[in-house]
Amino acid sequence: MSTFLGMPVTAPSGVGNLRGDRTFPEAAHDALADGQLRRNLRHATTTIRGKSGRVIAELPDWQELRTAGSAIKASVLARLPELLEQLEERVVAAGGVVHWAADANEANAIVTDLVRATGSERVIKVKSMATQEIGLNEALEAAGIQPVETDLAELIVQLGEDKPSHILVPAIHRNRSEIREIFLRAMPGVDPGLTDDPPVLAAAARKYLRETFLSTRVAVSGANFAIAETGTLAVVESEGNGRMCLTLPDTLITVMGLEKVVPTWQDLEVFLQLLPRASTGERMNPYTTMWTGVTPGDGPQSFHLVLLDNGRSAVLADRAGRAALHCIRCSACLNVCPVYERTGGHAYGSVYPGPIGAVLSPQLTGVEDNASLPYASSLCGACFDACPVKIDIPSMLVHLRDKAPHSRMERAVMRAAAYTMNHPRLYARAQRAAKLARIAGRRGRGLPPPLSSWTTARDLPEPPEQTFRDWWARR
Amino acid sequence: MNSRELILGRVRAALRDEPVPAPVPREYRRSFPAADLELLVSRLIDYKAEVHRVGEDAVAATVSGIVGGTVVVPEGLPVSWRPAGALVDEDLAPDRIAAADAVLTAAAVAVAETGTIVLDASPDQGRRIISLLPDTHLIVLRPEQVVASVPEAVARLDPSRPLTWISGPSATSDIELNRVEGVHGPRHLHVLLLDRTAAG
Amino acid sequence: MRIALFATCLADTLFPEAAKATVRLLERLGHEVVFPFEQSCCGQMHVNTGYQRDALPLVKRYVSVFDRYDVIVAPSGSCVGSIRHQHSLVASNCGERGLAARAQDVGSRTYELSELLVDVLGVEDVGARYPHRVTYHPTCHSLRMIRVGDKPLRLLRQVRGLELVELPAAEQCCGFGGTFALKNAETSAAMLADKLTSVVATGAEVCTAGDASCLMHIGGGLRRKETGVRTVHLAEILAST
Repeated sequence: MSTFLGMPVTAPSGVGNLRGDRTFPEAAHDALADGQLRRNLRHATTTIRGKSGRVIAELPDWQELRTAGSAIKASVLARLPELLEQLEERVVAAGGVVHWAADANEANAIVTDLVRATGSERVIKVKSMATQEIGLNEALEAAGIQPVETDLAELIVQLGEDKPSHILVPAIHRNRSEIREIFLRAMPGVDPGLTDDPPVLAAAARKYLRETFLSTRVAVSGANFAIAETGTLAVVESEGNGRMCLTLPDTLITVMGLEKVVPTWQDLEVFLQLLPRASTGERMNPYTTMWTGVTPGDGPQSFHLVLLDNGRSAVLADRAGRAALHCIRCSACLNVCPVYERTGGHAYGSVYPGPIGAVLSPQLTGVEDNASLPYASSLCGACFDACPVKIDIPSMLVHLRDKAPHSRMERAVMRAAAYTMNHPRLYARAQRAAKLARIAGRRGRGLPPPLSSWTTARDLPEPPEQTFRDWWARR
Repeated sequence: MNSRELILGRVRAALRDEPVPAPVPREYRRSFPAADLELLVSRLIDYKAEVHRVGEDAVAATVSGIVGGTVVVPEGLPVSWRPAGALVDEDLAPDRIAAADAVLTAAAVAVAETGTIVLDASPDQGRRIISLLPDTHLIVLRPEQVVASVPEAVARLDPSRPLTWISGPSATSDIELNRVEGVHGPRHLHVLLLDRTAAG
Repeated sequence: MRIALFATCLADTLFPEAAKATVRLLERLGHEVVFPFEQSCCGQMHVNTGYQRDALPLVKRYVSVFDRYDVIVAPSGSCVGSIRHQHSLVASNCGERGLAARAQDVGSRTYELSELLVDVLGVEDVGARYPHRVTYHPTCHSLRMIRVGDKPLRLLRQVRGLELVELPAAEQCCGFGGTFALKNAETSAAMLADKLTSVVATGAEVCTAGDASCLMHIGGGLRRKETGVRTVHLAEILAST
């Protein structure tokens, strides 16, 4: 197959963290069997739903803000080339350097080369979905550069040699006592008398990272927003680790998905109201840093912005799927999803878990590489209602299911079912045949898969003596 | 073809259906009553900041009452606000700032509805590093700097300046999604809200 | 009023009492119910499983069978959701623009039972009597796709003798999700287990809902666990006297 230059392409395989090595049902099997994990997830998602619901209810214009946020993002996608060029021009004018990365490999190479050029053998990192997506840490390590995650949850994941399971709170699957154990085991110099009191755990992370912040000359970040009109970048955070990374080093490298650009400075008035309330359930997150290029005498004196495609242009090419690029990574959809609450994030195999991951990951990789993800939803619609930028995730899942590869067996069954339903006599005959299901009994003895999976947890309905249409015909 | 042209080409190809950018309906609240200082105070307290209502002439004494030891101040901070022995930031080395007990700055804007204070690195606020490393941050806020809402704050700010939006002390929600105050940024945030009558 | 009944394939085949109750209820309220025999299935299962092409003939069938009626009712929030929100999309995705427009139009005349009663017929007290302790599960598509809101509850509150008990975490999905229950059977079962716990905690004798499909799932779980709680379609309660 040949693709000519300039055609949208999906994210390459063999690099980054967009593909799992198991299907969703296989991976979910393990998570469902882990009672501690399910208790942790239930506790955390219930907490955040409550908090978020309360602060959203304080705003009389939440729906109007959602509408505006959605419209701004739609307009960004429609105007993407022009906005990216404008952003580049403004960042360069303000003293920054802009790089374009067609995929994960190119982005990793650009960042690695930039770090090498500084002579630093260590980088401090602010939590960033884009750099997790491309597997930057793995690439830096392969080049002999040590990436240090500074976000508390990322630190828990890194020290625990674990994988992130949530967009906002990558260690959501861990409770306080598990975090204490990880710190005791893996955090150099930790106080052996460490308790599992959350402020004590946070203080341990503060002490551990302080010296690293002060002595590392290069930082890598993502970006929540980039303003085309002004060239301003914004990072929204809580702990102050972001401020450390964005302020203290000499060199700052920001890796940002193409879709994070927004047209105007004024647009931030919408997203700064939507994001914290939908995300951590706060009226405003503790810290947001905004910077434009380089400010002499204040902060990093060398700033690089890496604009990342890595499959985004392929997402953009699908009219019915492109709105997945509206996502502002708040994770509200994860927190309300009944599937996520029970399986956790690892089951999705990609750095983007939950409902948004179920639509975004298959689009970034091509649906054949994440074919089970569009089915990892009961289509209950809670995600759509929770999304601060109104991404219609259920409709998008249905759309992706239509594009997903189907097994020959399933296709044959579905064809036959549709054919039967469309031929009244066959349909009536099939309805009467349903009565024969009685021989399977209510526990469904001897039913073939996938029907047998119904009867593992549920009885079969008792087939009636008479169908409705037979009753109607005889009344 | 370089990556820039490649990516822009891909994006243009992806938009072959020529979606029309619709005007953004901005029907959310955009005009607001005067800022409610009591609301600001309650929001600040809710996120574990401490608030002191003082006259401008009492700033220095109030600061001294809150923290002993070294207090870093930016070069442009009004002299009358500085506590005795204040350490003026004349390009201080990071470890000296980190060793200080507190930092005292002015602010650019505050948002009552969210309990947010924004610093824009003006001379009375200084470099971003000074308000980051000490464990206690004291901010002097003038009532006329307080706006009711986020849109008003965005409109007042100059994006070409480095901006730091602060809502309470450093915090995290990373342990069981509960907010816990005190991680890498200052663990104590004091807001000295000047009396309206005393405002300059 | 003359009302066409779309029984839905599931009620027609496995849960005829829900469709019969719809007929009895509407006739008792003085309306004429017609049942076009050529109807079959709305095609939702095909659409939601990734077979829009295969659903197209079913969309065509629905539109051609029901186009001639002013008011259509179905005792299922999820089938109505599919008809109203997916039919025209399937048609246009398959390049059938004329059909898409007609589907949109027929969809706008298709009502879920509680919508028909409250919005179109303007009744909340349907004169029913049902002396049981009942809890109501608001199915996802009724709640979030067609947004019936509290209409079913308003109808249930007027039923004589009925004691309505609130279902904890009512708005959480029961885990059915059509073929989701087969493709992700373990996750579906985990969601169901929590729903069953909530239902049992109410102490209700009966769990009701506006969708036979979710009730088949919940009811199958309740029977398997031998809880003694029955599932009864909303239409059957409203038809009881």
